[in-house]
Amino acid sequence: MISATARKKIENVITRYPEEEKRSALLPALHIVQNDNQGHLTEEMMKEVADLLEITPLQVYEVATFYTMYNLKPIGKYHIQVCRTLPCALMGAEKLVAYLEEKLGIGLGETTSDRLFTLTEVECLASCGTAPMMQINQNYYENLNKSKVDQILEELKQKATS
Amino acid sequence: MEQILFKNMASPGYTPKISSYIAMGGYEALQKVFSEKITSDQLIEMVKKSGLRGRGGAGFPTGTKWSFIPKNPALTKYLCINADEGEPGTFKDRQLMEKDPHQMLEGIVISAYAIGAHTAYIYVRGELDLAMKTIEEAIEEARKKGFVGKNILSSGFDLEVYVHPGAGAYICGEETALLESLEGKRGKPRFKPPFPANFGLYGKPTVVNNVETLSNIPYIVNRGGEWFASIGVGKSTGTRLFSLSGHVKKPGNYEVPLGTTFRQLIFDLGGGIINGKKLKAIIPGGASASFFTEEHLDVKLDFEEVAKAGSMLGSGAVTVMDEETCMVWAALNLMHFFSHESCGKCTPCREGAPWLYKIMHRIEHGEGKMEDLDLLVSLCGNIAGKTVCAFGEAEVAPILGTLKYFRQEYEYHIREKSCPINHSERLATIGFP
Ligand SMILES: Cc1cc2nc3c(=O)[nH]c(=O)nc-3n(C[C@H](O)[C@H](O)[C@H](O)COP(=O)(O)O)c2cc1C
Ligand code: SF4
Ligand code: FES
Repeated sequence: MISATARKKIENVITRYPEEEKRSALLPALHIVQNDNQGHLTEEMMKEVADLLEITPLQVYEVATFYTMYNLKPIGKYHIQVCRTLPCALMGAEKLVAYLEEKLGIGLGETTSDRLFTLTEVECLASCGTAPMMQINQNYYENLNKSKVDQILEELKQKATS
Repeated sequence: MEQILFKNMASPGYTPKISSYIAMGGYEALQKVFSEKITSDQLIEMVKKSGLRGRGGAGFPTGTKWSFIPKNPALTKYLCINADEGEPGTFKDRQLMEKDPHQMLEGIVISAYAIGAHTAYIYVRGELDLAMKTIEEAIEEARKKGFVGKNILSSGFDLEVYVHPGAGAYICGEETALLESLEGKRGKPRFKPPFPANFGLYGKPTVVNNVETLSNIPYIVNRGGEWFASIGVGKSTGTRLFSLSGHVKKPGNYEVPLGTTFRQLIFDLGGGIINGKKLKAIIPGGASASFFTEEHLDVKLDFEEVAKAGSMLGSGAVTVMDEETCMVWAALNLMHFFSHESCGKCTPCREGAPWLYKIMHRIEHGEGKMEDLDLLVSLCGNIAGKTVCAFGEAEVAPILGTLKYFRQEYEYHIREKSCPINHSERLATIGFP
């Protein structure tokens, strides 16, 4: 079920578009629901979004499966997305991924057993001058090296348990 | 060398707040438009005179684009701001939005007035959370001052500006895909014509402009079209933000007048190649642009000259590779990007991109055949120019560019059945210690 807060936010977003173009609120609405639901969308939620925007569930599903930022399966508390595109690759993105895999004990697309971290590779995130980089949830981490990565992961672990 | 778009943020203590922007003379252009009763036709003429060309990729003259919008005031019109910034190597719009949102916002209000739009949507790529928050705050600040909303500066002109987040699809930077996405659909480009000027958002006349393009508008209004046209060379007027990345000592965004050379950008501003290595290749305008080599260092950053030399200035991303970079590996990396990002609307692109990727993959991993090189060329010829959008031309550019200048590297991989470079070892010594 979509929470009351998320529903309210969606209703507010709908007002940004013409009365007869509620469907325009779809991408923002899915972001709101996903953020409110630990980073992923369920079928039930997509149906509710469809009702709110007066479109069919299929129209919602079609969009949710096209855009890479929507997760249709549960993910860890922290979603680590490493940029793998050329400017980052030139500055060691492959090494960064290998280091994260080793440290977290998981492969790409996997989640740690404590459900804290999910690791994925993504394409260019507009941070190419500060490569290599990764995005964790909403935050960018740039100019990475091993000790910075160690420190970032440590801080996140502490935040999660405190 | 005068900075225009980066001038504010370079000044000590500058913040994204409206007070900072106003202290630097911000919103004076907007006030001038209304106090001097500049008409929309006069504004369009001024922008035409400036020679300003789109900074999003295609370089279309901005004033001319605006002049295609029907004048009928009864028609609803839209201004959409392209802040999707998905072209690999490009990170300038992000800086403009995070560090100086009001500069863009002032440009948006003036531009909307020029085309008669009362609603503007800023389509920001969904990942750029900080940029979105910064703009939302800027809109609220501007509303309080009467620069956005109803009856702006008592002129009778109304404008609402909204942020619309994308969700991680590169193709949504293509203007018609952006409109589809704004309508709540999959971001798949539309056939053109009709062009957005006639049939855009919700079928209404629409202008789609890039963040950097619109950020220039206040300065053109303040100082005149002739002033802007006096910077740069020929039909490439003004300054431009270049995103410098890869194997350079000082990567980052640089604002330089059009007409600066690649050598000046990479060596004088960027400090040259890291670790004292030699330069091997340059991507002159984002991943969609064909590769250059050392012999192109004196080519000017000018739309025409780069095109004449066989590539394009595109989004203003300049990515530099040193002598130890394997060009097959580099082109393979970009093919991964293109095959992942194809929207799937047209067969040559949907099927061709993964096919190109597979061939490149086997060559890089020592399993290629000499016939593969002809196959690559023939496939590229069956994609470019045969698709709905320019993504088709973009996806063949890295392959054709590397084949043109570095064919011997492809042949080496096939003959020796391996890649001459151990990337894993090498990358540990440059970027990720
Ligand atoms: C595949 C593709 C991706 C594009 N991505 C972007 C982008 O991320 N940002 C952008 O401003 N323009 C992008 N463009 C260019 C836009 O289609 C369009 O030309 C631009 O937004 C027009 O604005 P301008 O005239 O101010 O440059 C892209 C074009 C194509 C074909
Ligand atoms: S060329 Fe590719 S990205 Fe463009 S419309 Fe066709 S399938 Fe989509
Ligand atoms: S290539 Fe990694 S952020 Fe652009």
